[in-house]
Parts: sequence; structure tokens; C-alpha cells
Amino acid sequence: MYKIWAIFRKDLIIEFRTKDSLTSMLFFGIVVLVIFNFALGSLHETIRSAVPGVLWVAFTFSGTLGLNRLFAAEKENGCLQGLLMIPADRGAIYLGKMLASFIFMLIAEAVIFIIGLVLFNLTVWAEIPYLLLVFVIGTLGFSAVGTLLSAIAVNTRLREVLLPLMLFPVILPILISAVEATDIILNAADYRALKLPLTIMTAFTILFGTISCLLFERVLEE
Amino acid sequence: MIEVRNLAKHFGRFSALRNLNLTVSDGDFISLFGKNGAGKTTLLRILAGLSRPSSGELYIKPSRQAPSRFIRGRIGYLSHDTSLYMDLTALENLRFYARLMDVPANAPALSERMKQVGLSGRERDPVRSFSRGMQQRLAIARAFLHDPDILLLDEPFTGLDSSGGDFFKDYLASARAGGKTCIMAIHDFRLGYEIADRLVVINGGTIALDIPKSSLNYEQFHEKLKHLLA
Repeated sequence: MYKIWAIFRKDLIIEFRTKDSLTSMLFFGIVVLVIFNFALGSLHETIRSAVPGVLWVAFTFSGTLGLNRLFAAEKENGCLQGLLMIPADRGAIYLGKMLASFIFMLIAEAVIFIIGLVLFNLTVWAEIPYLLLVFVIGTLGFSAVGTLLSAIAVNTRLREVLLPLMLFPVILPILISAVEATDIILNAADYRALKLPLTIMTAFTILFGTISCLLFERVLEE
Repeated sequence: MIEVRNLAKHFGRFSALRNLNLTVSDGDFISLFGKNGAGKTTLLRILAGLSRPSSGELYIKPSRQAPSRFIRGRIGYLSHDTSLYMDLTALENLRFYARLMDVPANAPALSERMKQVGLSGRERDPVRSFSRGMQQRLAIARAFLHDPDILLLDEPFTGLDSSGGDFFKDYLASARAGGKTCIMAIHDFRLGYEIADRLVVINGGTIALDIPKSSLNYEQFHEKLKHLLA
């Protein structure tokens, strides 16, 4: 467990020192929000129904940028081979990197969400606990798949292109459920309808997380 | 003991290793020679568990299988890649790897390691500010933090200046005295001959020569090597 923590902590220190991932993630996410704000500016009455989709587009694109950078530091100077030599299950590397990706995404999402509230003039105090639950489960699923695919893509020449091509089709069930759940929270009074999308998101997150953890060793070895 | 039987590694249609057989006893100090692309690095990476062989068998005793996580804890692998994080300080790098390697990660113990490789006083400097030679010294400290029994070295003298080279030769001498096993890929014939007690030449992905150093003096070995690699 402490090895997972050590890998996560190392990524956190490097990120807060360089701000490589978070800066680009935030910039891109905010740009997406601003563009949608202009595009949907005339829909004053119905803007609330567009917000779930807009938010998850911003989260997904900024998250993909973060995933592209996730293994960049490991490639420099062959740090990945240093990690592969540790006397531990290589699933620990996966979990450490996934945790880092998850936290970076949550930080970016928090900022993007707050700016989204301001831009779209929304008040959601009562809904925040439910939204938080959806964001956490959705982001966990995104990170679970994204970390494995990022490790695959980092060894290829076209990694920036390859990652979204592999990632988006796989995470579609999680994304659709996340948008649906966010829509229920923001636009429907009956929170019982949340059960289905949350169940789908949780099931896919556990499934993808387990498969990714098991496949990680095979992916990293030549 | 390390035993390699009929090892092969293919990258697409290119065969990096072909039916390679090698037995390494505990305490052997081997210099591995060969042209670029002969298969030295591929062999070391397979021995380290970083690469999976296409076919063949590899045993590192007491395990009867390819390098597992328990065996990895006995191996120190050093290549021309330093495996250091440029945005961390020297001490942070060592502390990170020490935690992963299950060795004491306290500052005095790690500062002592820094002192051993001649980097005393640079603990809190980012690795990015280090010269290539200093990075290689730190990489040596990193690779051998856990005091491994088996040293797999791929051009370990890369970037080291003469004092760094002398330091590393001394380190290898003490490792040999301590009964450690070492396989070192090296291009410098004289240095490789000087350090090893067994000389192995790889050519075209297979072992072309495997002799004890005592069987040839340097001039004879050099002639033979030139002929083999011509």
C-alpha cells in the first residue's frame, strides 16, 4: 500500500512543482466552457439542460490531456524501467498512477465546475453532494481505463492521437451514464432515477479497474 | 545462479537473440562484448525482467521461473538511462526509490549513499541541474540502494569522468570481493577485460565466445575479439 502512496506522492510533488498537466487541463477545460457559453448564450430558459453535456465534454477533454502527460515523466530518462525493477506487484504502479490521474482530474473538474456555474449562472448548493458523487465515480472510471491506455499509448509515436482513439469508445458507457446522472441531479426532482446510471458507472469502473490492473504488467513489458 | 536456455527474442522480423545459452554461477563477473545491435542490451533487459523472451527458458535460482517480484529485489539494473526524475532533488529521487525497494529512506542513510558516490552536499539540488556524470553517479547510488546480489550493468561507465570511472571500478571491485554476481555490457575492450573474470562475446544474437579471462592475455583477447566482430 505504501508503494502505491509513494508513486502517487512522487507524481503529486512533480506536478505541483512543474504544473505541466494541471495548467493545460484547466486551460483547455475553461476554453471549452467559454465556447459553449457563447454558443448557448441565447438559451436562457433551457441552459440548465445543456450543462451536464457541456461539463462532461470539458472534463473529458481536459482529462485526456492529463492522461497524455501521465507517463511522460516516466519516459524521460527511462524512469519506467526503474519502477519496473521494484520488488512489488506491478499493479502497484498502476494504482499509484491511477490515483494521481484521479486527483489531478478532480482538481481540474472542481475549478472547471465552479467557472461553469459562474458562466452559466447556475445555483446548485443543494445538489452539490449528489454531483460530487457522480463526479467522483465518473472520474474514477475514466482514470481506471485512461491509466492503462496511457501506458499503452506512451510507447507509440502517435500517442496524442492514439490515446483518445482508444479511450473514448471504451469509456462511453461511463460517460453516457455520468451525463445522464448529472442531468437528473440538475434537472429532475426525483433522485431515485440516479440509481441506474450510478450502478452502471460503478459496475464499469470496477470491471475496467480490475481488468486494467491485471493487464498492466503485460502492457509494460516489451 | 542464472541459467538461460535457448533464449530468443524477436522484434517483428528482426531477431535480437537466437538460441542463446548461458550459465552464470554465483560470484561470476562477466564482461559482455559485441557490436551495436548484437543483443547485449536485450539479454540484460530479459535477465532484469524488463522484457519478455519470445521463446526459451530463464531461471534465476532459487526461482524456477522468469524474474518475479521477489527476484527483482535481488537485481540491480543500471543502464545508460539513469531512471532519475529531473524535477525531483537528488535526495527525493533516492528517498522515492528507497521506499519502493523496502530500504531505510531516512535522510542520514541516503546522505551517506550520496557521499559514497561523491555527491555530498548536493542532496537538495534538482537532478536537472546535475551534469551527465553527476547524474550517472546518482544513478549508481539509485540502482544499488538495496544492495543487490546480481548486478546487471549496461554501459555503466557512460558519462563518468576519470574520477567517476575510478570510483565505479572500486565499487565493482568491492562488489566482486563481496561475492556478488555481475554481467556488464561494455564497449571499452580494455576496461571490460580489466574488470571481469569471464569474457563473453555476443554476435548476431548468440554467444560467439565464452572464456575465463585467465585463458587469454589482453592482446590475445583483443585480436580474437577484432576477428570475431569483423
